[in-house]
Amino acid sequence: MKNSLRATVKRGSMVGVATAGAAALLLTACGAPPEAGGPTATASDYSGCIVSDSGGFDDQSFNQSSYEGLKKAEADLGIKVNQVESKTNNDFEPNLNAMVTAGCDLTLTVGFLLGDATKKIATANPDSHFAIIDFNYAPAISNVKPIIYDTAQAAFMAGYLAAGTTKTGTVATFGGIKIPTVTIFMDGYADGVKYYNEQKGKDVKVLGWDKAAQDGSFTGDFEKQDKGKQLTQNFLDQGADIVMPVAGPVGKGAGAALKEAKAAGKDVKLIWVDSDGFRTAPDYKDIMLTSVMKQMGDAVETVVKEDKEGTFSNAPYVGTLANNGVQLAPFHDLESAVPAELKSELEQIKKDIVDGKLKVESTASPKV
Amino acid sequence: MSEKHKHVADNHSKKPPKSTKANDSNNGTNAADAPAPAEDTASAVSLDTAGGAMGPSAVPVSAMSGTLPGGPDTLLRRIFTGSGMVSLLAVLLALILGGLLIASTDKQVGATATYFFARPTDFLLAVWNAATRSYVALFQGSVFNPRGNTAAAQFAPFMETLTIATPLITAGLGVALAFRAGLFNIGAQGQIIMAGILAAWAGFALHLPLGLHLLLVLVAGIIGGAIWGGLVGYLKARTGAHEVILTIMFNYIALYFLRYLLNTPAFQRPGETNPISPILDPTAVYPQIFGTQYRLHLGFVLAIAATVLVWWLLNRSTIGFEFRAVGANPKAALTAGINVPRATILVMALAGALAGMSGVAQVAGTEKVLTDGVAATYGFDAITVALLGRSTPWGTFAAGLLFGAFRAGAVQMQIQTGTPIDIVLVVQSLIVLFIAAPPLVRAVFGLNPRRKKTATAGKSTTAATTGGAA
Repeated sequence: MKNSLRATVKRGSMVGVATAGAAALLLTACGAPPEAGGPTATASDYSGCIVSDSGGFDDQSFNQSSYEGLKKAEADLGIKVNQVESKTNNDFEPNLNAMVTAGCDLTLTVGFLLGDATKKIATANPDSHFAIIDFNYAPAISNVKPIIYDTAQAAFMAGYLAAGTTKTGTVATFGGIKIPTVTIFMDGYADGVKYYNEQKGKDVKVLGWDKAAQDGSFTGDFEKQDKGKQLTQNFLDQGADIVMPVAGPVGKGAGAALKEAKAAGKDVKLIWVDSDGFRTAPDYKDIMLTSVMKQMGDAVETVVKEDKEGTFSNAPYVGTLANNGVQLAPFHDLESAVPAELKSELEQIKKDIVDGKLKVESTASPKV
Repeated sequence: MSEKHKHVADNHSKKPPKSTKANDSNNGTNAADAPAPAEDTASAVSLDTAGGAMGPSAVPVSAMSGTLPGGPDTLLRRIFTGSGMVSLLAVLLALILGGLLIASTDKQVGATATYFFARPTDFLLAVWNAATRSYVALFQGSVFNPRGNTAAAQFAPFMETLTIATPLITAGLGVALAFRAGLFNIGAQGQIIMAGILAAWAGFALHLPLGLHLLLVLVAGIIGGAIWGGLVGYLKARTGAHEVILTIMFNYIALYFLRYLLNTPAFQRPGETNPISPILDPTAVYPQIFGTQYRLHLGFVLAIAATVLVWWLLNRSTIGFEFRAVGANPKAALTAGINVPRATILVMALAGALAGMSGVAQVAGTEKVLTDGVAATYGFDAITVALLGRSTPWGTFAAGLLFGAFRAGAVQMQIQTGTPIDIVLVVQSLIVLFIAAPPLVRAVFGLNPRRKKTATAGKSTTAATTGGAA
């Protein structure tokens, strides 16, 4: 009896709550919530699409830079953006097909691994446009624009800078995996040091890369930061005081090792690659000498803009010092560590490379 | 009746009660906990059914002996033999949880959540929409796309599912076969890679006439996988080293060996230094079954053939009987006169050969080149596929198709709805989690009491059977 009574009361109160809730709902229904305009309010019907390689859009390397470039184009040009991440190499073709089916005007693919798939899909869909990062086709394809970089030019400057800044007379570099887009940094770096030695009659040594033999130190992937730390530790033990890791996120391992060495009282420095590490890896600001930058975001945005305006061409875009496609980043906090004389020498080197007086060569350089 | 079986049976009748378990759990007719007096009859029955008339794992978990020595054995078996209903419920549960996850990553859901108390219907509708839109996209990307212009385009997703399923099925069969012999083969990845290396090399370095070339590529791949798997079996049989450690390390060896090879000019394209092999000759690749508009290739037909072969091997052949006996209880099998080392080597070589077919499907079917991503994650997915298929050939086949559908549909899910591909993988992983933990699913759906009932029922019926036989 008592129970059923309580149940009734409870039920009554439930009804009350429900009524009140319904009333509240009725009262607020037309007021508070925003009427969603929907995501269809984009200014343009043009859609730019991107297919990553298995690194994904958060790889802190070329997938990410390209993706950010496309996102920037979305904001600046009001285009629609479609993106697909590939988890494995098997996904390339289906992903590219899906992009074409989805009506993409320009599809961006990232990396040499997508070379074959892009070629196949581009040939099968001659009306769609494509652009591929870090890969060039020997006979050009009429609707694919390669976006490639002569990174050795900027890396040469970094090598010269490192040789001019080192206190111990030994600098180092290492890579993630031995592929041309990595070794081109190392070639330029080694040549920059060599050039410094020739000019100044010094004998600064480079650890981790032998340009003649095209062989050196690699961590084996772009993931395991502890391996980068280990390698850097080895370099430090061998007397190096400046390290340039060419290994995406693995560079953070190098940063960690250098930070520890700095805490122990050593004067050590880090050279970042791809993006300005002062911004993208701020943990290592205080040891960040400079960065060898590949301005992929800008290139992507330019290519999208050209295609949108109807001036697409399949001529490769080659990032060089001349068009600021590759650059040496500012020294930021370590401005004072670089002597004024060295700075002006670097300016001169840049000028000479742009003018063609100084040739920087690498087997990995884009052949155009 | 083969010589071997008679031998087993003879040995059997002389053995003390315990050793019958090897046979019992294999042919699945007798209660493992049969009373001792029924001993001779039990072996007689096993003699009758050993030919393979009985399904291999038809025995419900509960009817299997819980007292079998060797903990891992029973655990494995419990995982592999959950009921089909539980598998179905596991998928359902994973889909619901996955739907919630998808919804939680959806922008619209996030927006409506901010005024949930003002208008909860918006929020609930958004959740429903997010989840259903994703699953609809998954379906359209993997089975049938009604928005296609032609019938061919509408069925393209299904063809894609079959294409992706092909390497999963063959590698899954390899893993399942080894499971049945009691070996935890996680080396499919390395076996695929070694097969890929040999098959790709035969495909781009040799130039042979049509037909012969493909045959050679196929044989090279299968031999590559078989050697890589057989080596593990050999080391295990001769030294007693554990196959899990062996296969893990063999995976690493294969992968880094492949990376090394891709940095040598012999495996690179002339004039290039990227770690990617030349494209295989047109004579060395699988023909596409339904024309060039689909990627589906002959490898799928071979995968079906492999499934039939494995089914026959396990259920109809002497050697398959030996595998199962070794899997159930190697010591008993040894006592019963089965050459356990030989069975171990043979089953691993066969498992490797099956995984090798996946490697061939990759280089000669879809990729047509060799890169260090040639095996993708198929070797590890194969373990899941084999588990999901409860280590039966056709179960593995079906599980491979399901996984293929997930992979194929993931693309449409990403494009149509913006669902991150990682969420798709989370849903897959949830399914496996639930499959591997049947008690969890039963608990969620309140099935545990019934489980107790079937357990007792199983016991009483088996007792009755044995009694009847006696």
